[in-house]
Amino acid sequence: MKLPLLDTESSRGFILRRTATTMASTEIARQAGEGARAVPLAGHVGFDSMPDQLVNKSVNHGFCFNILCVGETGLGKSTLMDTLFNTKFEGEPTQHNQPGVTLKSNTYELQESNVRLKLTVVNTVGFGDQINKEDSYKSIVEFIDAQFEAYLQEELKIKRTLHSYHDTRIHACLYFIAPTGHSLKSLDLVTMKKLDSKVNIIPIIAKSDAISKSELAKFKIKITSELVSNGVQIYQFPTDDESVAEINSTMNSHLPFAVVGSTEEVKIGNKMVKARQYPWGTVQVENENHCDFVKLREMLIRVNMEDLREQTHTRHYELYRRCKLEEMGFKDTDPDSKPFSLQETYEAKRNEFMGELQKKEEEMRQMFVQRVKEKEAELKEAEKELHEKFDRLKKLHQDEKKKLEDKRKSLDDELNMFKQKKTAAELLQNQAQQAGGSTTLKRDKERKN
Amino acid sequence: MSESAKPHHPIPQAKGEKSHGNDFSYVGIDAILEQMRRKAMKQGFELNIMVVGQSGLGKSTLMNTLFKSKVSRKSAQPNPEERIPKTIEIKSISHDIEEKGVRMKLTVIDTPGFGDQINNENCWQPIMKFINDQYETYLQEEININRKKRIPDSRVHCCIYFIPATGHCLRPLDVEFMRRLSKVVNIVPVIAKADTLTLEERDFFKQTIREELRANGIDVYPQKEFDEDAEDRIINDKIREMIPFAVVGSDQEYQVNGKKILGRKTKWGTIEVENIAHCEFAYLRDLLIRTHMQNIKDITGSIHYETYRVRRLNESNEQQQQQPRIVQANGVAAQHEALTHEM
Repeated sequence: MKLPLLDTESSRGFILRRTATTMASTEIARQAGEGARAVPLAGHVGFDSMPDQLVNKSVNHGFCFNILCVGETGLGKSTLMDTLFNTKFEGEPTQHNQPGVTLKSNTYELQESNVRLKLTVVNTVGFGDQINKEDSYKSIVEFIDAQFEAYLQEELKIKRTLHSYHDTRIHACLYFIAPTGHSLKSLDLVTMKKLDSKVNIIPIIAKSDAISKSELAKFKIKITSELVSNGVQIYQFPTDDESVAEINSTMNSHLPFAVVGSTEEVKIGNKMVKARQYPWGTVQVENENHCDFVKLREMLIRVNMEDLREQTHTRHYELYRRCKLEEMGFKDTDPDSKPFSLQETYEAKRNEFMGELQKKEEEMRQMFVQRVKEKEAELKEAEKELHEKFDRLKKLHQDEKKKLEDKRKSLDDELNMFKQKKTAAELLQNQAQQAGGSTTLKRDKERKN
Repeated sequence: MSESAKPHHPIPQAKGEKSHGNDFSYVGIDAILEQMRRKAMKQGFELNIMVVGQSGLGKSTLMNTLFKSKVSRKSAQPNPEERIPKTIEIKSISHDIEEKGVRMKLTVIDTPGFGDQINNENCWQPIMKFINDQYETYLQEEININRKKRIPDSRVHCCIYFIPATGHCLRPLDVEFMRRLSKVVNIVPVIAKADTLTLEERDFFKQTIREELRANGIDVYPQKEFDEDAEDRIINDKIREMIPFAVVGSDQEYQVNGKKILGRKTKWGTIEVENIAHCEFAYLRDLLIRTHMQNIKDITGSIHYETYRVRRLNESNEQQQQQPRIVQANGVAAQHEALTHEM
C-alpha cells in the first residue's frame, strides 16, 4: 500500500476550515444546530477522496439510462436517437397501419472511455396512426407503470438484489411534436397531461428544418403557453446547484428544443459534419444557428443525466409507490395517529384475506356437497330405472321361454301321438298283411276253385 | 412488449478527447461521472464508527488521531469523569467535518464499560442490540409509505475492536465478541498501544491472532467472501496479511527533524504515529478513510442490512404461521406462498 505523504499544510499546523463556498458553511451551521458539532480539522484526514471512491464504484458497476420516445410515426425518433448517441441502432422504419399503440424497447451497451452505459430506448409504435386515438396514451401509461411495478416488487421482496437489479424505469421521455407551426395537437396535450406525473417530459419539435426561424419563435411561445395553461408539468432543468444553475436556466428558456436529426455526413469546408442536404442549402445538425440539437444533447446527456435519474427515483417512483401501497390499503398511521407498521397492516390484511379465503372455501365445499347429493340422487334414479328395465326384460324373456316350452311340449306331445299312431298303424298294417296274405291265399284258393 | 436485449456494442468513435461540442464523435456519456461527483459533494457523506474495547486502551485518542480533531466522547463532554461505568453504556456523538468541499457527518459510537466488569458474560448483548436497533430504524423508515427522500443512515458501518497488547494470544472475551459481531457488522481488529511490543513480538502476536481468527471461523473486514473480482482480491489479500493493525494514537505534536509530527515522546525516543516503520496507524487510516470507506458502507448496506431484513421479515411470517391454522387446500397454500414472497 502506498504511504501517503504528510501534507505540508498540516506540518505547519494549518487548520483546514471551510472553503470559499458560503453555502457549505451555512449548511454546517444548520446541521450543528441539529445535534452535531461542527469540528475543525487539524490536518489532512483524507476523506476528500470519498467522491472518487463513490465514482469508481459506480464506474465498475456501470450505469443505466432509459429513454422513452413518444411521437407519431415518421417524425424521426429513431434517427434522432442515432444522432444523439452517434451510433446506428438497429431497426427499420415502421409501417403506418398498426391497429394500436405498442411499445418496443431495445437495450444497447455503449462505452465511452471507461464509462459503460446500458441504454434502453423505448419507441412508441403506431402512435397517432389510428383513426380513433382516444386510447393511444393508455399503453404508454401502462408500460411506464409496469416498470415502476417491477421495481416495487423487487424492493418488497424478502430476498432482494437491488444492487444488481437492472433498472428499467423510464428516466426521460422525449415527446416529439409535429412541426405544424401552429399549436399543439389535442392528442399531444392529452398524452402529455397523462404522463407528466409519471415521467420527466422533455418536449422537442421534430423535423424543425420545416419551419422558418420566425415561425419557430412563435411556435415555441405558443407551445409553452398552451402547456402552462393546461397545467402540464414538463421537466425543468435544475437550477439549485450553482455550477450548472446558469446554463440550466438559459436552457429552460429555450424549451421546447427544435431539433433535426441526421446520420448522413456531408462535407462542409474541409470537415465532415452530420447534415441534411437540400437543393437550397444544407442543414447542419450541430450548428447552433440551424437547430437546437447541441442544446438537447448537452442538457440530456452531458449535464443532467444524473438529475433525471434522481428525479425519476425520488419523485415519480415514490409517488407511484405511495399510491400503489395506499391502494392496497396500507396506511402509515391509524385514526389514533399511532404509527402503523407496514408489517402489522400487512398481517392484518393477510388475516382478512385468509378469512375470506376460508369462507369461500367453505362455500365451495357446501356447494360441492350439494352437487354431489344431487348427482347421487340422479344416479339412483337412473339405477332404479335400469333395474326396472332389467326386470321387465327378464320377465319378457321368461314369458317367451315359457311359451316356447309350451310349444315344444305340445310339439312333443304331437310327436308322441304321431309315433303312437305310427306304431299302431304299422302294427295294424302287419296284422293286415298277415291277414291279407292269408286272405289273399284264400282268395286265390277260391279263384282256383 | 419489449424485445430481448441483445447487448449491442456500438462504440462511438471516441478519440479520447474531452472537448465539448466541436468533436462530433464525442457523445458525452462520461460526463455522468462529473454529475455524480457534484451530487455527492452536495449531499455529503455519513459515516458511523463504533469503537469497542476495555477502558484505558486508547480508543478516544485513536479516534482523535484518525480524524485529526477532537471527535471523541471525552473531548465532547465538558467535564469528563474518569469513572468506569457499572454497565455498558452506548454513547454516540455526531460531528460535521469538512475537507476540500467534501462534507461528512461522522458519528463515533463509544462503548464505555465493555469488558471492565468482573463478570463479563453477555457484555456483547447491549452492543448487538444497539446495532440491530439501528438496522430496525432504517428498515422501518424504508417500509414507510411516505418516506423521506434520503433515509438518515445511522447503521454502524464499521466496528473497531481494540485488542490489548499482551503479546500472547486472544482472550476468550475477544474471541466471543468478534465471533458474534462479525456476522452483523464489519469488524476491524487493532492492537492497541502497540508501542509496548517490539517488532518481533508484534509479528508473532499478529500471526497468533490471525490463526486464532481462522480457527474460530471469524471473518473480519475485508471479508474473503465479498471480494468482487481478482483485482479486489489482490488488494484485500495484502490487507489481510497485515491485520490486525498495530496502532499507536496520539494527539500531541512534537518537533522531529524540524517538522511537527504527531507522536509520543518518551525518554528513549519519539514514536511517530504516521511513520510506517514505527506503527501501522497510516495503514489503518488509509484503509478506513482513503480507500475502503465506500466499500465498507456498501457491505453494511447491501449485505449486513439485507441479512437483517430477511431475518426480520421471515420472523414475522413465522409468528403468523404459529397461530392456529386451519387445514388449507392446495390452492390456498400456493397463494400464501406468493404473499410471503411479495413482502
